Amino acid sequence: MQAGRRPEAIKAIPVRHYGRWLSGAVVLAVIADLGYTVATAKVRWDVSANYLFNKLIREGAVLTVELTVAAMAIGIVLGAILAVMRLSPNPVTSWVSSFYVWFFRGTPVLVQIFFWFNLNSILPNIGLGVLPNGPWLWHESTNVLISPITAAILGLGLNEAAYMAEIVRAGIISVELGQTEAAQALGMTRLTVMRRVVLPQAMRVIIPPTGNETISMLKTTSLAFVAAVPELFTRSQQIANFNYRVIELITVASIWYLVMTSVLTVGQYYIERRFARGTQRELPPTPFQSFRRMFFTYHAPSPWPASASADSERR
Amino acid sequence: MAGIPMVQAESVHKSYGRLEVLRGIDLTVDPGEVMCMIGPSGSGKSTFLRCINHLDKIDAGRLSVDGELVGYRQRGDKLYELPDREVCRKRSEIGMVFQRFNLFPHMTALENIIEAPMRVKKESRAAAEATAQRLLDRVGLADKVAAYPNQLSGGQQQRVAIARALAMQPKLMLFDEPTSALDPELVGEVLDVMRKLAEDGMTMIVVTHEMGFAREVGDTVVFMDGGVVVESGKPREVLTNPQHERTRSFLAKVL
Repeated sequence: MQAGRRPEAIKAIPVRHYGRWLSGAVVLAVIADLGYTVATAKVRWDVSANYLFNKLIREGAVLTVELTVAAMAIGIVLGAILAVMRLSPNPVTSWVSSFYVWFFRGTPVLVQIFFWFNLNSILPNIGLGVLPNGPWLWHESTNVLISPITAAILGLGLNEAAYMAEIVRAGIISVELGQTEAAQALGMTRLTVMRRVVLPQAMRVIIPPTGNETISMLKTTSLAFVAAVPELFTRSQQIANFNYRVIELITVASIWYLVMTSVLTVGQYYIERRFARGTQRELPPTPFQSFRRMFFTYHAPSPWPASASADSERR
Repeated sequence: MAGIPMVQAESVHKSYGRLEVLRGIDLTVDPGEVMCMIGPSGSGKSTFLRCINHLDKIDAGRLSVDGELVGYRQRGDKLYELPDREVCRKRSEIGMVFQRFNLFPHMTALENIIEAPMRVKKESRAAAEATAQRLLDRVGLADKVAAYPNQLSGGQQQRVAIARALAMQPKLMLFDEPTSALDPELVGEVLDVMRKLAEDGMTMIVVTHEMGFAREVGDTVVFMDGGVVVESGKPREVLTNPQHERTRSFLAKVL
């Protein structure tokens, strides 16, 4: 059969969306009101501006990033190990993993940081040996071994591992059983199956909540305040202690937190695209692409003109 | 036929919980033989196949492949469970093809095929790739080396899955309803590959609903129902002149 001549494109009067105009007006009014309130509040914006790129603040921001990276590294590695342990047929490892998650998820992270920070008060020395009272293969004073920064990293990282264990476990369970069976049928050992077949596929499920955890961690590092770790929030409060401009310096810290979480959000998009290989015919748009689509397509926003038709062709 | 049978089952029993799936299977598959297993769904055909490479454990009876017990070692009159490593080694000598293909979706066709030879048999990448190219050519997909599974049709995916199993140079191939998930027009291309494999002398056990294939390619046809072998013999005899009432009523429905 021959395709018919394409008829004229449809021209129709669009439906009027009065609701959109109304809600737009309400939002504008609220913004104007808020803007007026903020502008007339007794906030010294010039103080905020002066401290935005202050050396102490910049150093604090760097330390915040370092804490985040270190804690997430511990959390992801230990969490993956815990998840595999939990799903292992060995009842001992499975139980140990469950206990760890129960304990570290069941106590506040603030308390955990505080615990590591104060460990020296109950254990002045930490050593490695066979018997409880020595002789020691190696030992060190707790004060030297666990600096405030180490205490913060331990508290944040070990707590995070409990959450990551559950995220990784959910990812592993999400992979079809047939994948494991096919790999086993080829003679792969349990570890090879996990490393080469299951985990790469689980990543698609693991990454979005991990990005979420990383963003959350970036802000949770502010709890290192209790261990006097000079990260972003601690630094802003130290400055505020001198000039009494608490709100102004909180604003400075918040701007830095917002900028850093925005960068992480964009990074997450690209990592997700990388692991979508082989699961979608067309990769999801990058933030830049969707930004362009949002602002530079006016009429008839037909999302995915290509994928809809490609889907029905295949199979 | 003399010599060691490739597969020997004696009174094999298997239950899932309280459900008895296999209730005493006795059969022998000789080297080079193609055995087709037919029967209604739930009759235990797939379970039996999975027991042969120890994806499922049998509860009672004896099951051996190439003269060695599956999953156990016998010393005196005691049975010792095999360690994981041994189970893996034995599985690597048996190829299996699944109803739902189960290709690894994050790997290309070529990567799917070279994965096990490299990780299990420790072959070099170059050697594994050369074998994979040859196998893809053999199943008629030489041009799909770099394609991901979701870019292939069902029939193409199943042919890659067959190539993946063959890459381990198995002495026995198990097919678990290899064409049941395929669109009718794609069944033929997969059966052709299997027919050629049979002609090349591969020992095969094929669980299938393709009676034409069973008749033309099978050396033996086994009809299973309710966890037992109801009837077995030459395809001509079983399919055209069934002795048992249950076989007759099953064949009447599918032919």
